[in-house]
Amino acid sequence: MPRVHRYPDGSRVPPWDRAVDLTKAPAPVPEPAVTPVPEELRRTIEAYMAKYPDRRSAVIPSIAAAQRHHGWCSPEALDQVAVVMRLTPAYVESIATFYDMFENEPAPPHDVYVCTNISCSLLGADELFEHFIETLGDDEDFNIRSFECLGACDIGPMASVDGVYVGPLQLDDVPRIANDVRDGRPVLRSKQIAHRAVADPGAAAPVPDPDTMAAGPPMPPERGRGEATAPEDEI
Amino acid sequence: MTPLLFANIDEPGLNTIDVYRRHGGYQALPKALKMSSDEVLAELETSELRGRGGAGFQMGKKASFLPHGSMDKYLVCNADESEPGAFKDRELMQKNPHQLVEGIIIGAYAAGVNRSFIYVRGEYQYQADILDAAVKEAEAAGFLGERILGSSHTLSLVVHRGAGAYICGEETALLDSLEGKRGNPRLKPPFPANQGLYQGPTLVNNVETLSNVPHIIRMGADAWAKHGVQNSTGTKVVSVSGCVRNPGNFEVELGIPTRDLIMGLAGGPREGCEIKFFFPGGSSSPVLTAEEGLDLPYDFDSMAKAGSMLGSGSVIVVDDTIPVVEVAKKVAKFYAHESCGKCSPCREGTNWTVKMLERVDTGEATPMDLDIIASVQDQIMGNCLCVLGDSMAMPIGSLVKKFRSEFEEHIERAREQRGMGVTVPEPEPVALAGAEPDVGPY
Repeated sequence: MPRVHRYPDGSRVPPWDRAVDLTKAPAPVPEPAVTPVPEELRRTIEAYMAKYPDRRSAVIPSIAAAQRHHGWCSPEALDQVAVVMRLTPAYVESIATFYDMFENEPAPPHDVYVCTNISCSLLGADELFEHFIETLGDDEDFNIRSFECLGACDIGPMASVDGVYVGPLQLDDVPRIANDVRDGRPVLRSKQIAHRAVADPGAAAPVPDPDTMAAGPPMPPERGRGEATAPEDEI
Repeated sequence: MTPLLFANIDEPGLNTIDVYRRHGGYQALPKALKMSSDEVLAELETSELRGRGGAGFQMGKKASFLPHGSMDKYLVCNADESEPGAFKDRELMQKNPHQLVEGIIIGAYAAGVNRSFIYVRGEYQYQADILDAAVKEAEAAGFLGERILGSSHTLSLVVHRGAGAYICGEETALLDSLEGKRGNPRLKPPFPANQGLYQGPTLVNNVETLSNVPHIIRMGADAWAKHGVQNSTGTKVVSVSGCVRNPGNFEVELGIPTRDLIMGLAGGPREGCEIKFFFPGGSSSPVLTAEEGLDLPYDFDSMAKAGSMLGSGSVIVVDDTIPVVEVAKKVAKFYAHESCGKCSPCREGTNWTVKMLERVDTGEATPMDLDIIASVQDQIMGNCLCVLGDSMAMPIGSLVKKFRSEFEEHIERAREQRGMGVTVPEPEPVALAGAEPDVGPY
């Protein structure tokens, strides 16, 4: 009989992905008086805290602001959130590791989330993701991630490039996306969700022309991380 | 049918207050404020509007569960649309945000609420920006804030952005997340209507549910309820995706034949393909084969009777070119990734289902493993705080049940390809003293 392949723990199936590191020293609680926090970030976080009946509600937007400022959820970034919000860094880290959009390792500045969930994968999202990895996987500008359903199955296979939804994508759109991002142009303008008419024939409407949508909503600002904190009007 | 939620949806600038008002927007609000809050609530109850987020619970009834009194009460709009296959709320928020804002103001008035939140999933950055702008416009026009339009109704509205977690679409996990915690579901009861956000009574409703509210008030509940069929009143925005020619959102009256929806509006399967099966209510609903499902009316009760559910109204069509094992693996992997880890049946069940399906895919499984997969699904069902585990158990259970022969063929084929011979193992040789047992290198 063929020998059964077994993992080091004796099981025939892969073990849990990441074990807890029990040798790690407990994180020190930063001293608010001596922890420098960038003034802009502090103001942003305090504005978020003021919006809610309980300041702790602001933790997700605050970590997001810190991530925009630092590029990823570095220990320094989480300490700064903790200090301003009067929470422990461990609490802030527990939030930062729970949610998918927080980067817990240093990450390239431009996020490309490729939806590889069911509707998109029926239409070839897995090949698209592989092509993204082949083309841009080693590029230090792009943080290519396969993501769960992004809520745009009508334009599948699709990707969210710095928060801008584009689709349906073909394999040759990948270098175009890269060039658009590098040159600071809107990404694949004609394939953006903002310019897509509703599919329902009952809602009969003229197909909006991307170039005459001046009256439409403004496009989201560049969302690359490592730039300024939240725009003023977002607070 | 004249569209209600999708009326003028592609008019440029409908997301601004001026265009929205030009099309009759913010006319239901003064009408509602002239009525007493109990009358508005009664109107919502008469309409029998059922929640559009998945559970299908009547919105008016839910709002009536909130206690009367002067305590802090909250309304939270669930815009954490993360169910695979669902994208209707995205279109509604992006193109007609004021319809939602008006619905929230009226809903809050009916339930006696004066603080409200929209919890938008973090990935919808563009839509959240549009909502932010709409809230600001509504505040400037006096539709939000202190003493709205001279009435006693006061309401604040905050757009809150999540950061990517499917579980936060579950209402109690959403409330935890909104309180700044990890999104873990809570034990129910107490239900959010009694103890929700910040321990106060809380009404949680989906975007589409609340978007219907201005139309109910404007038309009157009885006229509105003429749309649809009994127990499934109103129109429904259905998202059709997957292997169809014209995927997208369609506003239909509930009770429309499913065939018209998939073959007609969505254009049917791609050239040369046949529909194999479809998920009638997002990836968490049990699948229906084409023969079972296409001739049913598309409404809450018919789908439940067929052993599936309407859920969020998201149809994912799968055609005969797609191996069923691939679909099962995708679905299971998604739920294993999104399980929050609080309850063991879900955390372990989703994880082991993925591992077993991977063995099915590589041919390491035997047909007996399919029985084990089915039994694991049975043991997840109803044993957790929330329905995330059930959401995997239902489609996987139905796929294994309805396409068992295809799973078995897949195992056989994979074994042959890998040169692993027949499924039936040779009888174990009798262990002789001193023989090396077949254990791993550990």
